Amino acid sequence: MIAKEFSYERPATLAEAARILAGHPGSARVLAGGTDLIAWLRDDAVAPDLVVDIKAIPDLRGLHLEDDTLHIGSLVTFSDLIHSEVVAARAPLLAEMAETVASTGIRNRATLVGNICSAVPSCDAAPVLLGYDTTVHLVGPEGTRSVDINDWFVGLRKTARTDDEIVSHLTIEVPTHGGVYVKLMRYAGEDLAQAAVGIVTYPGDEYRVAFGAVAPTPFRSAPIEEALRGKPLSDGLIAEVVAMVKDEISPITDIRATAAYRTRMTEVMLKRGLPAARDRLNGEGPAYGTRLI
Amino acid sequence: MELTIKVNGERWDIEAAPADVLLDVLREKIGVKSPKIGCERGDCGSCTILLDGKTVRSCLVLAVEVDGQEITTIEGIGFDKLSELQNLLLRNNAFQCGFCAPGIVLSATELLNDNPNPSRHDVQEALAGNLCRCTGYEPIIEAVLAARGDAE
Repeated sequence: MIAKEFSYERPATLAEAARILAGHPGSARVLAGGTDLIAWLRDDAVAPDLVVDIKAIPDLRGLHLEDDTLHIGSLVTFSDLIHSEVVAARAPLLAEMAETVASTGIRNRATLVGNICSAVPSCDAAPVLLGYDTTVHLVGPEGTRSVDINDWFVGLRKTARTDDEIVSHLTIEVPTHGGVYVKLMRYAGEDLAQAAVGIVTYPGDEYRVAFGAVAPTPFRSAPIEEALRGKPLSDGLIAEVVAMVKDEISPITDIRATAAYRTRMTEVMLKRGLPAARDRLNGEGPAYGTRLI
Repeated sequence: MELTIKVNGERWDIEAAPADVLLDVLREKIGVKSPKIGCERGDCGSCTILLDGKTVRSCLVLAVEVDGQEITTIEGIGFDKLSELQNLLLRNNAFQCGFCAPGIVLSATELLNDNPNPSRHDVQEALAGNLCRCTGYEPIIEAVLAARGDAE
């Protein structure tokens, strides 16, 4: 049961949705899959006067590739990513990540864009999207604008999106690359990440290393990326960057894991993830979808 | 708000407030009681329904969102005659208390519709979001595996 009443609008175009939102500054919430929003409404964690359902806007359903750019509309669900041929061919890392999100019944509803708009620390999409040149495209009263994913997560559950803006889609550059998403959870099927590591590597020994659930926001580690840049991976180099993990992350102790456990496991996940990402770049290594922990 | 939804092939014109959750509307207004009230936060799978053929958690859907859509619950699958999958679950003593059963049957039905020959891993993956505290999953998984290729 949801205690507080609200009104509901289901616009058919993005322009209309933006107009409705602009008319309710600070008091409206955008609804796509709803798997976070409706849980929050039930908990009274949010109490909007208006819910704007964007599912009737056909423009937001797109999932396609143009040259090396993957275009993912705001209504693309995690299940869509798992079943997409273009994702399988060009960015199977996105499907590997999507398969770790909750359960089929959630993935059929929850959207990739909604995941980064909720922006909880354990957001599965973030450590992967941060590994790519990803751009978030928004529509607001002033027109359209775009935000680099590196500038997107600005605080706990806070993003660069303003209340009167709607994310229309993401663009993700997917040149030749390899990657891994390693997620620590208690059991498959339900769980939020206790810690997560996303690695994307490009030819020339360029690595992007991002962490989830071990800081107030998902983030990339510049010092670790710098230490890895331009050098072939070796046991020594991996040990060097694994030793940097404890100073890079700031996990908390909560009901789901202790800070010490999160730190130790993040080290193990980075240690296993780096060679797997490199091997995948070379067309080898464990198949996408193989769990490394 | 006025809504029209199809539930197990039957058309319903109902009145629902935007804050009414689909699970509650199905149980209280339409009288379909198989989707259970469990965790009410998308974790346990007991409120699972098929929405236009795909499993969703009806505890995390507003009734107004599904205006014009088609819902199938277990009543729509085995009312007159049990499906092959249901018979195999029965034969395996796969359930004890039965609270999880509607959700598990729907999740397994979706899997078999999408992939008539799933591996054990596929079955485990498809059922991972449906908690069962009685029979330990094995007889359920065995029944779904036995239903391969026989799904309607």
